[in-house]
Amino acid sequence: MAGKTLYDKLWDAHVVKQRKDGTALIYIDRQLVHEVTSPQAFEGLRIAGRKLWRADANLATPDHNVPSLKSERDGGVAGIVEDVSRIQVETLDDNCDEFGVTEFEINDIRQGIVHVVGPEQGATLPGMTVVCGDSHTATHGALGALAHGIGTSEVEHAMATQCLIQKKMKNMLIRVDGTLRPGITPKDVILAIIGKIGTAGGTGHAIEFGGSVFREMSIEGRMTVCNMAIEAGALVGMVAVDQTTLDYVEGRPYAPKAELWAQAVNYWRTLRSDDDASFDTIVEVDAETIVPQVTWGNSPEMVAAIDGVVPSPETTSDPAKRAAIERALEYMGLTGGMAITDIQLDCVFIGSCTNSRIEDLRAAAAVVKGKTKAASVKRALVVPGSGLVKAQAEREGLDKIFVDAGLEWREPSCSMCLAMNSDKLGDGEHCASTSNRNFEGRQGFGGRTHLVSPEMAAAAAIAGHFVDVRDVMGL
Amino acid sequence: MKKFTTVEGVVAPIDRANVDTDMIIPKQFLKSIKRSGFGPFLFDEQRYLDVGEPGMDCSDRPLNPDFPLNFPRYQGAEILLARDNFGCGSSREHAPWAIEDSGFRVLIAPSFADIFFNNCFKNALLPIVLKEDIVDLLFEEMYQEEGYSLTVDLARQVVVRPNGEEVLFEIDEFRKHCLVNGLDDIGLTLQDADAIREFEQSWQQRSPWLFNAGP
Repeated sequence: MAGKTLYDKLWDAHVVKQRKDGTALIYIDRQLVHEVTSPQAFEGLRIAGRKLWRADANLATPDHNVPSLKSERDGGVAGIVEDVSRIQVETLDDNCDEFGVTEFEINDIRQGIVHVVGPEQGATLPGMTVVCGDSHTATHGALGALAHGIGTSEVEHAMATQCLIQKKMKNMLIRVDGTLRPGITPKDVILAIIGKIGTAGGTGHAIEFGGSVFREMSIEGRMTVCNMAIEAGALVGMVAVDQTTLDYVEGRPYAPKAELWAQAVNYWRTLRSDDDASFDTIVEVDAETIVPQVTWGNSPEMVAAIDGVVPSPETTSDPAKRAAIERALEYMGLTGGMAITDIQLDCVFIGSCTNSRIEDLRAAAAVVKGKTKAASVKRALVVPGSGLVKAQAEREGLDKIFVDAGLEWREPSCSMCLAMNSDKLGDGEHCASTSNRNFEGRQGFGGRTHLVSPEMAAAAAIAGHFVDVRDVMGL
Repeated sequence: MKKFTTVEGVVAPIDRANVDTDMIIPKQFLKSIKRSGFGPFLFDEQRYLDVGEPGMDCSDRPLNPDFPLNFPRYQGAEILLARDNFGCGSSREHAPWAIEDSGFRVLIAPSFADIFFNNCFKNALLPIVLKEDIVDLLFEEMYQEEGYSLTVDLARQVVVRPNGEEVLFEIDEFRKHCLVNGLDDIGLTLQDADAIREFEQSWQQRSPWLFNAGP
């Protein structure tokens, strides 16, 4: 009998009941909750007179709607200017009180983007099943957890039953072997993967990222990669547990201590695919071929190397692809054949659940240190992923480096990733963004998003257009 | 979800075809973060003479005296009698939420729009399809008799008229099972509550650190 994959092991460990119709009841260890997708779920429980099956399995924090401006933030929930946003945050507070869910409220130092907060607190752990009403929940797979996003009905279902009704997915291995060239980041790795397999490449699969590149990558880097599994079409992305994982988790507030720690580690060490495990699909990428990536279109798979060009419609004979390129070029205001480095920028956004952790901020700060933002860049926001990330960055003086370079230092929130608070792109503005989606209108009506790494966004803020960060840094 | 067995209730009319969900609950009320509280805004544009906004206190708003649901004789109605293609348009589940929140349990019409029809079952509402001539007859009887009531027996799948005559209706067996037992997805899963508890105990023994409430 063939061995098991990491996904097989996590799945098998959580099956409560296998049903004849092919579905199974899967036990959920952790649910993360935020203000946008939870109100109707709590309301559903209230109407049905239900309680949470296990209140302590839930952890909440507001992130999507909270303002990133300090002046607005200082007023707490009551200070949120827009009514609908304020009401959503207030509602989360009230629901958490009523149902006994721990919440890191708006100005709690532990508040932040759910996918930054969970691992930071040790509230998401290896071997857990983790769900959240947010498609970027795969982030937690970086710790060797089985994590994915769900809709509001399933949020309610998981709250009430501690389970979800699911069908097992297929196994996909994306192996990146070799050594990354100097200056190449986890964001470049995942963008290059999405460019290769496409935004539907992982559909129906749970992706395991394997190979020497991920073994050598930090946990925060692995989070950046797993975060964007959904942009490759997969609900789930994960990396096997190793010593790096254990070192990251140890000592975090919610992580097990003493004897429980030892017991947990024994189990966690088994959370890797067996050598003879079989995958339904295997994709191999040579690490040496990856260079800094920039998206030019309105789908994350519309990505090019920094030394490349924006494609022309005539480069493909497929009529559907040609039409997609034409539409994207029109929306993005770009011309086929132009150099990526000729794309001029109006705005820079460094933040989001993909790239707002301390390593991201350190990397971006190293690029802008002692330099000045290009005058043509109207706004450059740096939005840390949590209050704790912000505090750490300030201890290291990163905030001062950003501010001295002309970038704005903001309060933790989802901010301009999806423009639910007041951080929005203007019509037609080009933005170098460290977020995860470049859909039309995502960052504001008519806004033009280019997805890049924090280093590339920082370099673009200084130059006013895309540049190869390796040239800037002399790598 | 509430269990549905038998409803004996006053019948109220929405006597027009192609009633869309925008009419049932206008767009401004979709800003709500709640699934409840839509009742006072049901048919808002027909029901009131002013323009409704979310959060309004509807008790002192000017009522449209020509709108049937405002007539004293239909107050407390639990059965809504309607015409063809009821619930067409937008998929908003706020429409069945508003109807249910207003005290209705049953809708009777010659036909319903698909999405609306599905949404009803998730909210303990029973939409019944009857032949057009029967619906015509029910409208006629209702208009003639103040306090006109029908009995709907889901177990036997019959609508009982005041004269005792019974009209059979069809319903999908699974949906009937869910309504009779008050089951939604969550309700169904909770039928396995023992299995969940059993798993949970064993899982806790194997992984006690997952049941440590935190710092």
